[in-house]
Amino acid sequence: MTSGRMRQGAILAAIWAALIFAPYWMPLFGGYTALGTRVLAIGLGAMSVNFLLGFTGVLSFGHAAWFGLGAYGAGLCLKWIAASTPLGLLAGTLLGGIAGGLLGALLVRRRGIYFAMVTIAFGQVFYYIAFQWSSLTGGDDGLRGFARQPLHLGFATINILNDATAFYYFALLCFAIVVGIMGFILRSPFGHTMIAIRENERRARFLGIAVELHIWIAFTLSCFFMAFSGALYAMVNNFADPRMLHYSLSGDFVIMAVMGGMRTFWGPLLGAVVFVVLQDYISSITVNWMSFIGLMIVAIVLFFPRGLLGLLRQRKAA
Amino acid sequence: MSVLRVNKVSKRFGSLVAVSDVSLAVEKGELHAIIGPNGAGKTTFFNLISGFFEPSAGTIEFDGRDITRLAPHKRVALGMARTFQITEIFPELTVFENVRIGAEVTAGFGLRPWINAADQKTVHDRVGEILKLAGIESKADRLVGELSHGDQRAAEIAMALTLKPRLLLLDEPTAGMGDQETYEITRLIRRLHRDSKLTIVLIEHDMRVVFNLADRITVLDQGKLLAEGTPKEIAANEAVQAAYLGKAA
Repeated sequence: MTSGRMRQGAILAAIWAALIFAPYWMPLFGGYTALGTRVLAIGLGAMSVNFLLGFTGVLSFGHAAWFGLGAYGAGLCLKWIAASTPLGLLAGTLLGGIAGGLLGALLVRRRGIYFAMVTIAFGQVFYYIAFQWSSLTGGDDGLRGFARQPLHLGFATINILNDATAFYYFALLCFAIVVGIMGFILRSPFGHTMIAIRENERRARFLGIAVELHIWIAFTLSCFFMAFSGALYAMVNNFADPRMLHYSLSGDFVIMAVMGGMRTFWGPLLGAVVFVVLQDYISSITVNWMSFIGLMIVAIVLFFPRGLLGLLRQRKAA
Repeated sequence: MSVLRVNKVSKRFGSLVAVSDVSLAVEKGELHAIIGPNGAGKTTFFNLISGFFEPSAGTIEFDGRDITRLAPHKRVALGMARTFQITEIFPELTVFENVRIGAEVTAGFGLRPWINAADQKTVHDRVGEILKLAGIESKADRLVGELSHGDQRAAEIAMALTLKPRLLLLDEPTAGMGDQETYEITRLIRRLHRDSKLTIVLIEHDMRVVFNLADRITVLDQGKLLAEGTPKEIAANEAVQAAYLGKAA
């Protein structure tokens, strides 16, 4: 028990050390800071999908919709409403989170493949809206003409616009806050009911849990986290694009979660690292990078059925 | 006043009548057994009481309140807890975690995204108490999925006990058990009945268990009420002997 806890502590320390020092060690392996920032935003998205998939047992195949809405919300806010990074993040989070929560109320009675199908359908609705409504969204060309803004703290200004390292640390702070909230919720009585629903829905219901309500809350929380990561991602390239709403991206997030280990808290981040880095590296060599990712997934599913981090999984008080 | 009063409930699945016009009254502190041959409709009847199905006809009252169409989780909140014929637990969680969920929900914390130290202590004390009552406190840190069948049953009953039940429904608690495990579970049920004064309704196939424990017995056959009475009356009932006990004797 104690050795398990020590090992968990060691893993946690290693993860945070790797993240905090990333701008220093990544160049040694041919990485660059903006790649690290991208991994943070995408990894947070994969963890948000997994908040629902791994801990409530509900598979959404349309979560890119909330990611993309977060991105558009941030971009539109920065472009038209207020040139402020925090406000942009807030606007994106609210747009995607509220849309997700409202539509989520319509699908909490669906289960399994039916739930997944309806989430795809909802997601595609937003994709086509963004694609067609060119005057607002820039259509297929994507939304341009906005940029993250330097942070004014009163006593100092941090130029996260031009200083890639400063932006990385800003993104890391955002990441840490959201991940902290996720971890806190999962350890709470509400988090325990999520896991109960994942483990055995019938038993959960006959323990007095209003299963549909709990799934809806978990779904909505996951949408807010997802929208936040999308808003952050839009600021990495100062760009939002209809493909951020597309179900194929939803699938990518699910793949990251499964590759990394969906029963683990940190697995999806590892999945995102593998996915984003491979994509970045292989796509500079060949346009068929997806085939290599595919082979990788097959290998992981064959040899690590519980995901990369699933191997290290401890019996833990989740 | 009866804790549970079932008035002429029926359940039809298409043209199949699984339960037909069955009534039942369970008094406070009573241990009431429901028996009957396979396919008699016992589990369907249980499912109507606990809200898993809605009856096609008839009414169900719990503590004088009509609950015929109440959602299962709301019946739980009123104090109705059940176990299942095929053990329903959270296999990948520890015994402690399994039991904690019910304790937290019953304490009203189910929707809370936080818990303070005092509340957590209350919950943990309650879980400890129940694990002891169920006789599985030494296995608190084991994964429930790894336990023996008998201990899984005990864990499932412990989960039901966290709900502070005014009525405990046990669906074949000794199904698939050897003699020793049957003996242990029977003792646990007797403790709950005699010492904790719980009102219990149980479905059971093992006649030793039934006649050992029950205050009253209801016999179902082909979805219909065949007889109701004390164990003595049931043992002497000729219709029951013909339908059921006769085959065993």
